[in-house]
Amino acid sequence: MGFIALKMLLGDRAKYIGIVIGLTFASLLITQQSAIFAGIMTRTFSFLSDVGLPDIWVVDPQVKYIDDIRPMQDTMVLRVRGVEGVQWAVPLYKGSLAARRTDGTYQSCTIIGLDDETLMGGPPSMVTGNLWNLRKSGGVIVDADGAAGKLAHILPGGKRVPLQVGDEMELNDNWSVVVGICRVTQTFQTNPVIYTTYSSATSFAPSQRLLLSFVTVKAKPGQDLHALCQRIERATAMRAYTRDEFKMVTFLYYLKYTGMPINFLTAVALGFLVGVAISGQTFYNFTLDNLRYFGTLKAMGAKNGMLLRMILLQALVVGGVGYGLGVGAASAWGMLIGARTQLAFRLPWQLLVVSAMAVLVICLSSAALSIRKVMKLEPAVVFRS
Amino acid sequence: MTASNNGTPKQVEVAVRCDGLTKTFGTGNAAVKALRGVDLEVRNGELLMLVGPSGCGKTTLISVIAGVLRRDGGDCTVFAQDYNRMSEDETTSFRGVNIGFVFQAFNLIPSLTTAENVATPLIINGMKPTAAVSQASKILVEVGFDDRMVRSFPQDLSGGQQQRVAIARSLVHQPRLIVCDEPTSALDGETGHKVMELMRRLGRAENRALVVVTHDSRIFEFADRIAEMEDGRITQVVDSPSKLKAMSNQVV
Ligand SMILES: Nc1ncnc2c1ncn2[C@@H]1O[C@H](COP(=O)(O)OP(=O)(O)OP(=O)(O)O)[C@@H](O)[C@H]1O
Ligand SMILES: [Mg+2]
Repeated sequence: MGFIALKMLLGDRAKYIGIVIGLTFASLLITQQSAIFAGIMTRTFSFLSDVGLPDIWVVDPQVKYIDDIRPMQDTMVLRVRGVEGVQWAVPLYKGSLAARRTDGTYQSCTIIGLDDETLMGGPPSMVTGNLWNLRKSGGVIVDADGAAGKLAHILPGGKRVPLQVGDEMELNDNWSVVVGICRVTQTFQTNPVIYTTYSSATSFAPSQRLLLSFVTVKAKPGQDLHALCQRIERATAMRAYTRDEFKMVTFLYYLKYTGMPINFLTAVALGFLVGVAISGQTFYNFTLDNLRYFGTLKAMGAKNGMLLRMILLQALVVGGVGYGLGVGAASAWGMLIGARTQLAFRLPWQLLVVSAMAVLVICLSSAALSIRKVMKLEPAVVFRS
Repeated sequence: MTASNNGTPKQVEVAVRCDGLTKTFGTGNAAVKALRGVDLEVRNGELLMLVGPSGCGKTTLISVIAGVLRRDGGDCTVFAQDYNRMSEDETTSFRGVNIGFVFQAFNLIPSLTTAENVATPLIINGMKPTAAVSQASKILVEVGFDDRMVRSFPQDLSGGQQQRVAIARSLVHQPRLIVCDEPTSALDGETGHKVMELMRRLGRAENRALVVVTHDSRIFEFADRIAEMEDGRITQVVDSPSKLKAMSNQVV
């Protein structure tokens, strides 16, 4: 009967294409939107991923997410070092300040100050230059996207020349020199990222009473991280998070306090509804068009179970084709656009499963209506014209 | 045609027996008594025509006989089996094995080729599509189709050709009862004549009964017996061809 079901489905070219287009559109929209959402959400904590080494981050108790900088006293580093089970603890500065471009315009940048001795928390990979060059007076390392983009020199003709090692720059009116170009994971804000030492960073920064953004901590081998966090919190009255906790806190903050999940859910719901509306409707109409033939098959001895399997097969075929095309189109779009822009796009297999489920739900709910109709069909209708 | 095989019990000659068969559609004021006590016997090997004015219950009667509609009262056995003692699925399976259908509007599936349409009853009964299609092609040769027509689609065929395909489909699985509702009324006289000729030539067999509902007096000559219906009852059954003319003048 599968043979007859497929012939029926493919025989009605217009409806078949209509259903597949609806499902393609739905799975494209659902996959693409969730991939962008996943991409954006990963970016919220990409700084935490880049600074891979520390086990624990110590922050002011008021801090709600990674970019919510609330400075602490510099002495906090020493107090953390004193906690039992801490192998090392180093300061980390994160702030933003204005870089003056050669044409005199300003560009806001994220500045990261690394512990002068260890340079802990440096960029995940260098393009040119060496991390240790940061020790040179006024030395900074700039991320490649920023160097080629927002911080590039613009020649009179409009041509952009990327910032290079040896180029000088003013950071908050302080002289600095580029000693390296690095690559960082895209952050949520697309400002250029500038690395320097903790002491340079604090000297560049507008003078404030408190400057320490984070204390990053490595636990001694075999430590229970949660117990260590509790000891640190007791000793410092600050908040200590493991890296994964801090990622989750950040992620949940964005989820809760920004409109992003709503936008995302709206787009996904839209894709879902369009899928149901177009494909579900067309599929149902397809069944109605064929009702007379389903009735004929029933009269000729096709049991309800057979007809049910026929309709399910038809639904799964359009679902499979639509899903394949939609996911394919979403991936192609992600690769194409992602290669040219700094678009956030992540398509892990879990998302593929989620959109497969969504398409399956659309197909099965469309099929359910059709199945109901065909099950209730009286075979006697075959003699009525 | 009435001679039975040696040793075959006498009642096997009777394919369908209806006694006091009733069927009412709707309830209350809107109730329509379509069948008001039908007594009828259809014999193996015969082609019985069911005639009568519009609305007298012909279609309802063959629907009950073919097992696509449940009766309300009376008795009805088909090859000594009673649909009322079968489940829905058993009834459906019974139809799949024992009954062939021919419809006024042909009811061929447009996206299937001629051969695939004819193969449908075999596929429903569990045969693999390739085997079913090749068996279907053979019977299509018998109804006068060539290779090209076997692979064509219903919409490319004339009405007469489509009804020949439908007849092939009703026969392909060798059912014991074939029911036809107005098989010629969508066709012109000459084509209808040819279709009935084919029906009789291929369909009539010693162990098979054919019931043909018709308005068309021009095809009465193909009947072995003619049952006249009026107002939900069988009023007369004639079995001699000489009476056909006289009756057709009265009824139609
Ligand atoms: N499903 C139904 N619901 C309600 N009434 C019905 C239904 N089917 C048939 N009837 C009524 O039952 C009566 C008999 O109908 P039936 O179709 O059996 O007549 P018929 O002899 O086949 O007529 P025709 O020659 O016009 O095809 C008619 O009055 C018809 O309106
Ligand atoms: Mg009728």
